[in-house]
Amino acid sequence: MKEIELQCQPDLLYDGEIPSDVRTEELMLNMGPQHPSTHGVLRVVLQTDGELVLKATPYIGYLHRCAEKIAEKVTYRQFTPYTDRLDYLAAMNNNLGFALAVEKLGGIEVPPRADYLRVIFAELNRIGSHLMATGSYGLDMGAFTPLVYCFREREWIMDLFESASGARLTYSYITIGGVREDLPDGWVQRCREFLDYFEPKITEYNNLLSYNHIFINRTGNVGVCPADLAVAYGGTGPCLRGSGLAWDLRKATPYCRYNEFDFDIPVGRGQNGAVGDCWDRYFVRILEMVQSVRIVRQALDKLTDGPVQTKVPRIVKLPAGEVYYEVENPRGQLGFHLVSDGGTSAYRLKIRGPSFCNLSVLPVLAPNCLLADISALLGSIDIVMGEVDR
Amino acid sequence: MMTPSEIVELLKQHDAASVVSAVADGPYPHVVLKPEKLVAAAGFLKTEPRLQFDLLRCISAIDWPARNIVEVAYDLISTSFGHAFAVKVELDRADPQVESVGGIWPAAQWHEREAFDLMGVMFLHHPDLRRILMPEDWPGHPLRKDYQDVVEYGGLKFNP
Repeated sequence: MKEIELQCQPDLLYDGEIPSDVRTEELMLNMGPQHPSTHGVLRVVLQTDGELVLKATPYIGYLHRCAEKIAEKVTYRQFTPYTDRLDYLAAMNNNLGFALAVEKLGGIEVPPRADYLRVIFAELNRIGSHLMATGSYGLDMGAFTPLVYCFREREWIMDLFESASGARLTYSYITIGGVREDLPDGWVQRCREFLDYFEPKITEYNNLLSYNHIFINRTGNVGVCPADLAVAYGGTGPCLRGSGLAWDLRKATPYCRYNEFDFDIPVGRGQNGAVGDCWDRYFVRILEMVQSVRIVRQALDKLTDGPVQTKVPRIVKLPAGEVYYEVENPRGQLGFHLVSDGGTSAYRLKIRGPSFCNLSVLPVLAPNCLLADISALLGSIDIVMGEVDR
Repeated sequence: MMTPSEIVELLKQHDAASVVSAVADGPYPHVVLKPEKLVAAAGFLKTEPRLQFDLLRCISAIDWPARNIVEVAYDLISTSFGHAFAVKVELDRADPQVESVGGIWPAAQWHEREAFDLMGVMFLHHPDLRRILMPEDWPGHPLRKDYQDVVEYGGLKFNP
């Protein structure tokens, strides 16, 4: 139990008689669904004793758009744009997960160039998503400036995506059978320029935010999540690696030729508190951006000439059967459980959103936190409600 | 790391009576278990040193009106070995009931709430079985194949 010390001057202490009608009681506090630090429409009902949180109950579903029901009504290709809108900060990765699930069930092979392009775009989107997480986490903790710096770099990534796919947020670029179009002229060169520009900036974020004393005081030793607790509640991605477990699907069950690339899995080490605190979860994202830059560089070198998609009919028909396919999204493992009855649309599509599972550990971590630490905790879990509610 | 057929073999050695059928190859290797044996088998899958399925990735409920069943599929992976597997139970469609596995994998609690909400599966001894995505007073379970679209809710009329 965290103790709060009131540092009062002795002469300010009240030494008179305490009136008999003073009473204290627990207070129910409603945080959200409209609250800046819940990152979307999440509602958390907090039971508080003064500044101390006794119990936190999340209520979700405010952004439920029936994505799984829609998948049963539209064809496979028509569902790709809906995957953009699950985790709208990592649309490329969602496209990739869905395309891989359909390809696995349909036995569709993609050409090597498409595989490398998929890796490049997935990793660039990972950087973009982590930039958003880093910047908005600073904002949650009261530091406005890092957000502006992060958005500056993210803008460059969005320009790269726009020139390749035509969209800045919902790309639908990675489709069944490959990617939609080949790269425009000069794209590889511009991507290399971005990587050269971006890599030194990571040091800038560290100086600005990561090693900032106020930031460390707000996030170190707060919301400590041990690795076994994270695994038990289905936590994946930075929420699991921040707890010190080097578990990454890109290494464990490689897809898209990830086994050809040389990269490390960063884990939380408890540099500023205990292993698995908010600072560790935050810092794992910074380290992952460094690794993503490494992967993109290698993929650009390996990029071969050739087709970017295999011939797949416009209306895809999958054989009857089912598959469960997972990819490593910026927020954790995104899974698609796809059941087909041989028709042109899914018989059942269950989407496992990483944020959904990561959020489910909140009622365990929140008790005995200070009220102000709840926003530190929520920001470090880095949820996207589009994916929690689907 | 164990292959699906080795995992099926281990499960059969543990309790052959619990396995209804097994698919060890193809894109989705899994076993179908008797619903009343699910919790015991789940405990075995998690604690057996050669398996260690510690990460419950997903619980999906699938409605099959033609076979008159609701399937519940549990997708597992082991963070120690990296092998993946799935377990299924087939429940009576009119009254789907199965014991909760939340005591073994706490991650199951929210997935089970979702399966209850959208498919109407009752998970027995679940600590907090409430709707999770839909409002508390929503009629029916939307992912059932015979679900009728709601035409009016809370005074709002929806166009077909």
